[in-house]
Amino acid sequence: MGTEGAYPPYNYINESNELVGFEIDLGNELCRRANLTCEWVQNDWDLIIPNLVGGNYDTIMAGMNATEARAEVISFSQNYKVPDPSAYMALAGTDAGVMESGVIAAQSNTIQAGMVAETGATLIEFPTADETIAAVRNGTADAVLADRDFLVTYVNESNGELEFLAVVPSPGQGVSIGLRQSDEELRATFNAAIDSMKADGSLNAMLIQWFGEDVPVFE
Amino acid sequence: MNTCAESFETLILRSMGREYGARLLPSGLDITVCDQVFLIASGLIWNVYFAALALVIGFFFANVLALAKGSRIVWLRRAASGFIFVFRGSPLFVQFFFVYEALVLLPRAGIALNLGFAEITVATQWLTRAWAGALLVLFLNTSAYSAEIFHGALKSIPKGDLEAADAYGLTGWHKFRRIVWPTMLRLAWPSYTNEAIFLLHATTLVFFSAFPAWQQMGDALYYARYFADQTFNPFIAYPLVGIYFVALTLGVIGLFGLINRRLNRHLPRAARARTRFRPQYIR
Amino acid sequence: MFSFCTDPATLPDWQWMACYLTTASHFALYRSVLVVLLLLAMAAPLALGMGFLGALAVRSANPVLRLVGKVYVSMVRGVPDIIFFLFVPLAIDQGVEYLRHRVLCPEWDQPVRQGNDFIVCAEAKMPLASDPAWMHDVWGFSLALIAFALVFGAFAANTLHGAMNAVPRAQVETGEAFGMTPAQAFRRILLPQMWVYALPGLSNLWMILTKATPLLFLLGIQDVVFWARELGGQKTGHYDYTHPDWRVWYFLGVLAFYLLMTWGSQKFFDRLMQRLSHGQATAAGEAMRKATA
Repeated sequence: MGTEGAYPPYNYINESNELVGFEIDLGNELCRRANLTCEWVQNDWDLIIPNLVGGNYDTIMAGMNATEARAEVISFSQNYKVPDPSAYMALAGTDAGVMESGVIAAQSNTIQAGMVAETGATLIEFPTADETIAAVRNGTADAVLADRDFLVTYVNESNGELEFLAVVPSPGQGVSIGLRQSDEELRATFNAAIDSMKADGSLNAMLIQWFGEDVPVFE
Repeated sequence: MNTCAESFETLILRSMGREYGARLLPSGLDITVCDQVFLIASGLIWNVYFAALALVIGFFFANVLALAKGSRIVWLRRAASGFIFVFRGSPLFVQFFFVYEALVLLPRAGIALNLGFAEITVATQWLTRAWAGALLVLFLNTSAYSAEIFHGALKSIPKGDLEAADAYGLTGWHKFRRIVWPTMLRLAWPSYTNEAIFLLHATTLVFFSAFPAWQQMGDALYYARYFADQTFNPFIAYPLVGIYFVALTLGVIGLFGLINRRLNRHLPRAARARTRFRPQYIR
Repeated sequence: MFSFCTDPATLPDWQWMACYLTTASHFALYRSVLVVLLLLAMAAPLALGMGFLGALAVRSANPVLRLVGKVYVSMVRGVPDIIFFLFVPLAIDQGVEYLRHRVLCPEWDQPVRQGNDFIVCAEAKMPLASDPAWMHDVWGFSLALIAFALVFGAFAANTLHGAMNAVPRAQVETGEAFGMTPAQAFRRILLPQMWVYALPGLSNLWMILTKATPLLFLLGIQDVVFWARELGGQKTGHYDYTHPDWRVWYFLGVLAFYLLMTWGSQKFFDRLMQRLSHGQATAAGEAMRKATA
C-alpha cells in the first residue's frame, strides 16, 4: 500500500516515526476485512503514480482524488471520502482579487495545481504540501489552494493569522484507492470491503474521528 | 502533438515564462523528441545566466577576499578565511537550502531601516525568487573557491618579479596594478577555468533545491527531469542535457583559452602555462 | 526516551526540547547520518577501484581500451555530475529489468516501451513487487552507490593516472634492468611509490565525495537533507510536538555537520601527508628537514 506520509490528517509520520492517519487506519481495516496482509510503503508524491504502475506497491491511499486525467493512467476504487472542496487560504486581510490575478501556491501534480493553471493567476508549485503553507506565510505566494480538510487545521491553529478566502468545489469523484489498471480483481476486493464499511457505519465513524463532526458522511 | 517547427516556436523561450511560449508544457503522450530538444535547450538560458553573472560578480569579490586573506590585519584575515572555509567546506546543495530557508524568514514587508531622518523599508521578498536568491548563493560560493585560487596564486608570484618592481620604484597601488595583479591572474587562470566550468555545472542544482520554479520556468536539467518523469524514458532527455553541457563546457574552455593566450602574450612560447582541464572540485 | 516525556504540551521549554530531540523520528535523522557515512565508506573504495581500472585503461597499450578509458574520463568532466546521479540509477534499473525480462519471459511479445510506460513481466521486476520494503531500500541504495562510484571513479582515474606518471621513469627502468617483467615492475615498483603523489588528489577526492552526499536526496534516499526538510516543516496539532517552520535551524545543523566533516578530514589528511613526506625528496619533505635542522 503506497502512501505519501506528509499530508495530515490523511497520512503522516508521527514523532514515533510511524505512519499514522485516517488512511492508515482505513487501509488496515480494509485489509483485515478482505483477509489481505498489507504493508505500507512511503513514497514522494511526485512519483507515487509512476511507482504504482512500475510495481513498487499495489495500491495508492494518499488523499488522491479520482480525476479523469489520473483515470487514464490508473484505475480507482469507489470513493471512501466525499469529494473534499478545495479552499483558498491566505494571510488575514488579503484582498480576494488575488485568486484571479495573484500568485497562488499549490502542491505539484495535484488537482489544485491544475485548477490554478486554468485561471489567470500565477502558479507556483512545491513538492510537498506544507511548503505551500510556508510560501503563504512568508509572502512568496499570495494564497494557497489545497484541500479544505488539510488547510482547516492550519487556519484553526494560526490564531487568526490565516484565513479562508473562498471555498470552491473540487473536480473528481472523491478520495479513492488508486490501483493499476490490470488489477481488476484487487479493485473488486477493495470495493467490496469499502461497501461493507459504508454499510455498517464504521467508515463514517472513522471519518468523524479524524476530521471532526462537520465532515460529510455517507448515508 | 507538435511538429518540430511548432515545438521550436512555442518552446525555445519557454524557460523565460508563460508569455514567451506555450502556456502548458507538453505532457503525457504528446511529448515528441523535438519538444525535448527545444525545451531543454531553452532551459540552458537559465544555466548561462546564473553561471555568467555569478562568475563576473564573484570575480570582483574573490579578488577582495584573496587580498583580505593575505592581509596583515588579523581580523580581516580571519574574516576572509572564515568565509572561505564555510563556503568551501559545505556542499552547495545544502547552502541553497539553508539560504532559501533563511531568506524565507525575513519579514514579508521587508526590513525597516531607520536612517535617522527617515525610515525606509527595504523590500526583501524578491530575494526568495530563484533568479535572485540562487544567484546570491552561487555568487558567494564561487567567490570562496575563486578567492582560494587567487590567494594561492598571490603566494606563488615569483620573488624576483616583486624585487624587480621594488627596484623600479613601483609601490603600493601601482605595483599591485601593473605587476602583482596581472601575474596573479596569469598564474591562477588554469585553475580559474576549472572553477568556471564547475560553476556552470553547479547551476543545474538550483531548481532541485528549495527554490520553487515559477510558472514552470526552470533550467535545462529541470526540464530534462520533467520529461524523464513524464515519459519514463531517461535515455533521451538526460543524454540531451549531457550533450548540451559538453558543448557549453567546450565553449567555456575555448573562451578562457583565448584569455589565457592574452595573459601570457609577453612570455616566450615555452614558458606559457597551458590550460589543462584538471577537475578538482565539485560543489 | 525520558520519563517526563509523556505529555509534551505541559512541559517547560528545555524539557520539551530534550523530549523533542529524542523522538523516534529524530532518531531517524541521526540514523540517516549513519546512512551518509555508510555511503561514503562504501563509495570511496569503489570509486578508487573504478579509478584504478580507468587509469590502467588510459595507460594500456591496447588502443580500444585507451579510447574507452579516455571517453569514460572525459565524459564525466564535461557533463554535470548530477545528470549522472539522475540518469545512472534509472538506466541501470530499467536495463536490469529488461535483461531479466528477456531471460525470464521469452514468450512476452509486446514491446517493452508502450506509450509512456516501461512494462516488463512481473517476474522480471527488480526487486519483485512482493519483496519486503527493505529490499527496495537496499536496491535503491546500491544504485546510488554505483552512480557515485562511476562518477568519482572518473575523477580518481585522473588523479591516479597523474600519480602513475609522476613516479620517476628511472625507478621502473631500474626494475626492468633487474629482470622484472613490466607487470612485476608495475606491481612492485610503481604502485607503492605512486601513493605519495596520489595523496593530495585523493584527499581532494574525498572532500568532493563528502560534499556530494546530499545529492542522495535526489535519488529518493532518506538521507540527512530529507529528514531535515521533513522534521523542520511546520507541525500542527495532529502531532504531539507542535512547532512553526524550523527548517532554517535544521539546515544550519546540516551545514554545521558537513563543515565538521570537512574540517576533520582536512586535519586527518594534513597529518597523513606530513607522515608520508618524511624523508621524501619533495618540497614538503625538504621543508620538514629544514624545520628540524
